Amino acid sequence: MAANDLGTLQRELVPAAGPASVSHGTIVLVLAPGELATTARRLRDEFGFDILLDVTAVDWPNDELRFEVVHHFYSTAHRVRVRLKTRVGAAEPVVDSLGALYGSAAYMERECHDMYGIGFRGNRDLRPILLYEGFEGHPLRKDYPKLREQPLVAYREG
Amino acid sequence: MDIATIANPIRSSLGRDSAEGSVVVNIGPSHPATHGTVQIVAELDGEKVLRTDVHCGYLHRGFEKECEDHTWHNLIPYVDRLNYVSPLINDFAYCDAVERLMAIEITPRCRYLRTLLSEYSRVVDHLTCVAAALMEMGAMTAFLYLVMVRDYMYEHLAALTGARVTHSYGRIGGLARDLPDGWLVRLEEILVQYEEFVARVHALVDRNRIFIDRLRSVGTITTAEALSLGCTGPLLRSTGAPIDLRKDAPYLAYAELDFDVPVGIQGDNYDRYYVRMREMDESVYMIRQLAQMLPAGPINVDDRRCTFPEKTLVYGQIESLINHFKLVMEGPSVPRGEVYCAHEAPNGELGFYLVSTGGGTPYKVHVRSPSFVHMGAASRMLDGGQLADIVPTFGSINMIGGECDR
Repeated sequence: MAANDLGTLQRELVPAAGPASVSHGTIVLVLAPGELATTARRLRDEFGFDILLDVTAVDWPNDELRFEVVHHFYSTAHRVRVRLKTRVGAAEPVVDSLGALYGSAAYMERECHDMYGIGFRGNRDLRPILLYEGFEGHPLRKDYPKLREQPLVAYREG
Repeated sequence: MDIATIANPIRSSLGRDSAEGSVVVNIGPSHPATHGTVQIVAELDGEKVLRTDVHCGYLHRGFEKECEDHTWHNLIPYVDRLNYVSPLINDFAYCDAVERLMAIEITPRCRYLRTLLSEYSRVVDHLTCVAAALMEMGAMTAFLYLVMVRDYMYEHLAALTGARVTHSYGRIGGLARDLPDGWLVRLEEILVQYEEFVARVHALVDRNRIFIDRLRSVGTITTAEALSLGCTGPLLRSTGAPIDLRKDAPYLAYAELDFDVPVGIQGDNYDRYYVRMREMDESVYMIRQLAQMLPAGPINVDDRRCTFPEKTLVYGQIESLINHFKLVMEGPSVPRGEVYCAHEAPNGELGFYLVSTGGGTPYKVHVRSPSFVHMGAASRMLDGGQLADIVPTFGSINMIGGECDR
């Protein structure tokens, strides 16, 4: 099942989507950041990937393009998962928001922004969600020391 | 009191630009009527909820950061504390993800036992959710019936795992220990009790005028909205969509079991209550099948990369002593790679996204927790409703702070 879908996806989305492979039952597509929103739209509209499961990132501090932004999608019709991976550098770690395509993106992008400092172009509500206002740094970055202490937050009116 | 005069750890998206005549109130983060630490900032027009801004994170404890600093084995007690109502399912999903990276096939007895215990945990989780949701609406009798049965189950699990709630029972490549004598006999006794008391709750609640008025057509969500908002589990199934990983992508022993996927009609609070009640019945049906199918044999794989050697060998053989030492100090050696492994947890799709660069410590552990995603959908169910309906609707989502905030 996965092999057929991989063939179709590869034919339809490559070269826009770059190399594709299957890893532990999940189809993996590696993209340029500019292709993310268009590929996600095609996945939703043409291939039936109706759930955006998860948005997260992986930090590779020694690489030139440091952050790997990872999206997981699931198709309830085909019962297949797709993982989209795209790399952005530390200077401008920004990808397009998928908030216009999936309602679940808004909340999950906020978490990814909290933890890695990834910006999501088009998501205007990137307030902290798991952290709090005044938290300094992005804790899941590899250069954030586990035992760092945070400054006290001043008493705030409103 | 207006929100602007209260020192608030969050910056609400409401507050300043409220509509004429509306009042913004802060519900939570610690409110006696909600189970779960969550802050709901609600803009009200009288008793009507105009808009809400749902905030979580009060239980955030850096779970994912901490995971990057410990061996793969050491994470098992941590994953217990994600959804602490059904920790066994977290254990098994995490172990399954690591086993996929290591290309380990667990033994048949372990596979059936994990399935049985997953379903047992699902019953415990649903009992807790339904009991708490009913209690919040004043149904103390129903609460006590369900929590009493739940406590029999917790004690029964304690007899197996040694702990009442945080079991730490899964192991990479197997389980901590086999069933004690007489465990399955007691299991059947508890299931009979379960049937008696759940039947009483059905009689008290199902056709009760008060509950129907409080639950029917409240907190409604459609299938399309639920899918777009990433909802899974009972929340999605209550809208009428029979989407369940146990059927759609069978893992463990689910392919060999006979069971139905209960669905609701219109995705309201009543449907969520009923879907959970019916799912428990299906789980009990599966547990009884599994108790008959349970094969004899070892529970741990014979793989020196992850399984600890027998204690007698550790004390008597230098090779086993070294093996034990290296497993404790360096951790199981997991090859380079990444995996996303999802199990159908009581609240929905619980996914572990693991990245390994080889060696005994994970490079990244990310949990796709259903509770967190569902909190993103909560506003959709609360907006436009009544203030008094926030509590039952929130209860029917069954947000678990440990899993949501990580």
